[in-house]
Amino acid sequence: MDNKLGKNLAQMLKGGVIMDVVNAEHAKIAEKAGAVAVMALERVPSDIRAAGGVARMSDPTKIKEIQEAVTIPVMAKCRIGHFVEAQVLESLKVDFVDESEVLTPADEEFHIDKTKFKVPFVCGCRNLGEALRRIEEGAAMIRTKGEAGTGNIVEAVRHIRAVNRGCDELKNLLKNKQLNKLKDKAKEYRVSYDLVLQTAKLGRLTVVNFAAGGIATPSDAALCMQLGVDGVFVGSGIFKSNEPVKMAQAIVDATAHFKDPGKIAKASENLGEAMKGLEIATLETKMASRGI
Amino acid sequence: MKSRKIIGVLAFHGDVIEHIETTKLSAKKLQLDIEIVSVRTKDIISHLDALIIPGGESTTLYKLCEREGMWEKMKKIKNIFGTCAGAIMLAKVINHKIPGQKTLELMDIEIDRNAYGRQTDSFDKDIKTKLGYIRAVFIRAPRILKVETDVNVLAENEGETIACEQKIDGNYYLASCFHPELTTTTFHEYFIKQVYQI
Repeated sequence: MDNKLGKNLAQMLKGGVIMDVVNAEHAKIAEKAGAVAVMALERVPSDIRAAGGVARMSDPTKIKEIQEAVTIPVMAKCRIGHFVEAQVLESLKVDFVDESEVLTPADEEFHIDKTKFKVPFVCGCRNLGEALRRIEEGAAMIRTKGEAGTGNIVEAVRHIRAVNRGCDELKNLLKNKQLNKLKDKAKEYRVSYDLVLQTAKLGRLTVVNFAAGGIATPSDAALCMQLGVDGVFVGSGIFKSNEPVKMAQAIVDATAHFKDPGKIAKASENLGEAMKGLEIATLETKMASRGI
Repeated sequence: MKSRKIIGVLAFHGDVIEHIETTKLSAKKLQLDIEIVSVRTKDIISHLDALIIPGGESTTLYKLCEREGMWEKMKKIKNIFGTCAGAIMLAKVINHKIPGQKTLELMDIEIDRNAYGRQTDSFDKDIKTKLGYIRAVFIRAPRILKVETDVNVLAENEGETIACEQKIDGNYYLASCFHPELTTTTFHEYFIKQVYQI
């Protein structure tokens, strides 16, 4: 089943900020700041990174607590390939399931067959091939993987550029009527020619595409928006900053006014310290290389 | 009287591009030369013939409009069309609002946010409206609970109002719980005709 209604919900989220929250109090702060949705978690990615061990779907009690606290959509994460966690989340009536590399993968070979679900899925990608494979599996929304929990935007930028480059390449192949090369691309990406052709025609992904993984400041969010994504996820960046209430509002403002440096400057004033952040080269676990 | 026609789409967040494209297509079908602009600042508001408020989150739209200082100016726009979150923004009474959330309080309707349930309860169906048959897409849609007598109902689903219009003090407002911008130009063409009285 093509999750048309899920794709439609993703369209309604465009231009918005989706925030990771771990309890009702955080969820209310996010909603009040103007988040378009929240991601219900037990720990934000930087704490998952610090804690080590196997990271799994949240306790349903936690998700219900957050669902009761806010009126905006509530998303939740399941492990890559863990279709039972996804079934549980669907039964809890979350609005979107994030099949996420931030949790420890459950299946190294297969992602979830998302066409079997009514609840829509968002999946991460590092490049066009990963994005198209997830869309073909039924993802209604795509996000960059970035490198979650680092407060370092460099990987998200790399992934946004890679997807854009891939889309441009397909668009040009179609423009120059090099259909055989488009067919080769479908083989290379291990997806249908039809999906490659649709992407080439649009010159962008066929679903909404957000940035995620490492966004820690209003400027980071606006940078991603100017690079062409439809919206942003902010994980640890808000509640690991010194002033979460101010930071949440500032990132919402900068995302809405992403083309207006004056407004981004104003949003960035007096925010205290952003989350500390990590250098990518020093990481023991690169979450982005999970599930490709 | 100015000759240039301008319609704005509130562009902070939501399915803005879908509204812009549908409005452009509607203008083309009506053979009208209309400039469609994205509205992100208060300065442009006084130049608009009409404003379209897209689908999205009404809480977010309210916050951003308010922080931009455009709220009072928006209330003075003569013609407004709101879909889903936009319909919530038009209503005088809303249920399940978050603390401090306000609406423009322009239409005499009472509306309940997310009243159809969560995303797994979202649906689409063919609906007969006063403007013709359309495919109506409901995404975590609000429910119009009550309309006052001078509100004209344009479409119903299972006995409940899902689209309506109101003329009040020379102003015109159009609201729908579903998303016509995703499937049809019917409602946008109708809105444009009302705005320019053709």
